[in-house]
Amino acid sequence: MSIVQTRLESVKDLESLRQRVLAEQDLIAHRVRVCLGSGCRAKGAPKVFERFRQAAAELGDASLVVQTKCTGCHGFCERGPIVVVDPGNIFYQNVREEDVPEIWRESAVGGRVVERLLYHDEETGKPATTCEAIPFYNAQHRIVLAHNGAIDPTRIEDYLAAGGYAALAKVLGTMEPDEVIDVITRSGLRGRGGGGFPTGRKWRSARDAPGEPTYVIANGDEGDPGAFMDCAIMEGVPHGVIEGMIIGAYAVGSSQGYIYVRNEYPLAVKHLSIAIEQVRELGLLGEDILGSGFCFDIRINRGAGAFVCGESTALMASLEGRVGEPRAKYIHTVESGLHEKPSLLNNVETWANVPHIILKGAKWFASFGTEKSKGTKVFSLVGNVKNTGLVEVRMGMTLREIIYGIGGGIRDGKAFKAVQTGGPSGGCIPAACLDEPVDFDRLTELGSMMGSGGMIVMDEETCMVNVAKYFLQFLRDESCGKCAPCREGTAQMLDVLTRITKGEGREGDVETLERLGELLEDTALCALGKTAAYPVLSTVRRFRDEYEAHVQRRQCPAKECPGLFRYEIDAETCTGCGLCRKKCPVEAITGERKAPHVIDPEICTDCGTCFDVCPFSAVIKV
Amino acid sequence: MTAENAERIAAIIQRYGGDAEMLIPMMQDVQAEFGYLPQAELKELAGRLRVPLAQIYSVATFYASFRLMPKGDHTIQLCMGTVCYLKGADRISEAIQREFELVPGGTSPDGKFTFSPVNCVGACALAPVMVVDGEYHGGLEVKSAVEVLHRVVESDRRGETAAGSPARSVAGSGNGSKQP
Repeated sequence: MSIVQTRLESVKDLESLRQRVLAEQDLIAHRVRVCLGSGCRAKGAPKVFERFRQAAAELGDASLVVQTKCTGCHGFCERGPIVVVDPGNIFYQNVREEDVPEIWRESAVGGRVVERLLYHDEETGKPATTCEAIPFYNAQHRIVLAHNGAIDPTRIEDYLAAGGYAALAKVLGTMEPDEVIDVITRSGLRGRGGGGFPTGRKWRSARDAPGEPTYVIANGDEGDPGAFMDCAIMEGVPHGVIEGMIIGAYAVGSSQGYIYVRNEYPLAVKHLSIAIEQVRELGLLGEDILGSGFCFDIRINRGAGAFVCGESTALMASLEGRVGEPRAKYIHTVESGLHEKPSLLNNVETWANVPHIILKGAKWFASFGTEKSKGTKVFSLVGNVKNTGLVEVRMGMTLREIIYGIGGGIRDGKAFKAVQTGGPSGGCIPAACLDEPVDFDRLTELGSMMGSGGMIVMDEETCMVNVAKYFLQFLRDESCGKCAPCREGTAQMLDVLTRITKGEGREGDVETLERLGELLEDTALCALGKTAAYPVLSTVRRFRDEYEAHVQRRQCPAKECPGLFRYEIDAETCTGCGLCRKKCPVEAITGERKAPHVIDPEICTDCGTCFDVCPFSAVIKV
Repeated sequence: MTAENAERIAAIIQRYGGDAEMLIPMMQDVQAEFGYLPQAELKELAGRLRVPLAQIYSVATFYASFRLMPKGDHTIQLCMGTVCYLKGADRISEAIQREFELVPGGTSPDGKFTFSPVNCVGACALAPVMVVDGEYHGGLEVKSAVEVLHRVVESDRRGETAAGSPARSVAGSGNGSKQP
């Protein structure tokens, strides 16, 4: 599909190719961009795209060219499928297959706006024609996601037209490896995978480490449940990750790279594979890249479904074809990692930042963010928030600005209770801290962490004990079992938590949890175990009264833990349809037809079937 | 094991230049071709690669995506990520298990479904999400999730291949869980 089949021999070749691509693009004034990220895809975007493609193929007018293209995630997954029409950058949301003919006729060909499919402001009801006019977007600052939604990730021409591989050309043409490391160091970029380690320092260590070869690895094993930032980056701008890696490899003197992608992300694997094929063809990967004498190649490895493989040493064990068990890190992986050779591992988002920093400079990047956390961070804003999706904001924005400004606040008019950041190793941050700025250090001080960027908003109906139990269960299952504190500790803590959520908690249980949590932090082998107790410790710290309600009063204040609240039928709402009576597995419900029904609490097992089946929401929790 | 299958194993090994370090990708390919990791084929793989069978077994049982038993006609991946969980994935899981006599990681007695709860499919904005044969179904409730699966059974009965799209959750492109 590539418009060029020839190898690029020099930086000049690359630039003239870019000019050719740009010249060709100008001819296409009309464009329909359909988001085919995982979110929109699941909502039926492929069929929408297919309809547009057909319409374009059947267009009889030779004087008019309308290009249809699929793009990566726009971020506003809540409103998908998303379609953007040029000229005008008109942003359509919730597009169904049956809307395609109208958009095609009116907008793509006619150049007019189809108002009913625009985003309408919830308060004012005013329509927004472009995405810039939507509050979800206009408070964001997109660096890593800048091209997401604009380019077709399977076409290298799109990436080139957007300035792609110019950073690589600059590095190979004009910079020494040490200069590259210097720029990254001065930019203040820190690891986006969760640790927040200064990237420049890591690169320096990898360059200085004795032994060869040196390996360069991208960590795309985004295991945190509730996070899909790296997924969207790999799917949407695979070339951004690859370009970052080639630059990194040049800086530390590596000839072999690996991208470790999570097994559950088949589309990311596909797009990365296509992208690698394309750059190999152009000679941007392989021998003598752009005539500089520098050689580098990349291989993709798919994970096989183990959360612990996001940990650096476990990931490298997995790359070697072994089970993903971490090892103690008294020697860092930059010195002895894959095959016991120096290995530079960075998260996908970290790599994707690199080309932007090289092109625009360290100063530019460092101008965003807080004192010690520079640049932007991509978050997956999900849970009980109105506008779920992918957001990229400057470091230092407050939680309130993100959740209420961009996210539009809590769904269904409920109250905010907590936001969980940092994945299973993170913690829950309560309402009192909503005005805190989001950066690496502040989140840690709040008892949570940046993690890879999951931001899960919870409303008043979320039981914090149950949340802690969920994460513990996850970590118990994902513990590799190598070290006893993690293997046994998580199981013991889960036992206690399960008891509490069943209403069988005992005096002293909460203290036991705290003691075990500290033990894990002090003695576990890897980061998974050391941080496994954080969800428990942070909820105990912030929501101790909920634990006490479970233990002492046998009540679940959020009415989530079965058995710690009761179901009742609201006599006023009940129409007497009898559905709950028929579905109740223990015949606890009685009532005449068309008369309010009643649940017998003596017989009821709190299974919640009546609550699920009632068409009138007459079954309530008390 | 048939000679033909031995050839298939040899071809998979060849794909990676016989490099034993590529064991996991090879096993992924074996599973993609056979639907699971059959014992005889794993022995063949071990023999040809000169890797102890015990190592292959340890890899197969360590990683959640490997199966040592054949799978059913249809694969259900139920997302148990944080957001899906908060929005009721555990109750959907219970209901599916009850309705189709399933256990996590197991296959239903009639061989129709294999049930795999997964950590997160990365479609959090659509929670709760269930992926059936690569098709994403989002915004589910207990009732609609069970209905999706009944529709699969129903369309099998009528000799069709694909499940119809329900009103609230529409089908994906079909490459969700399959590897390229």
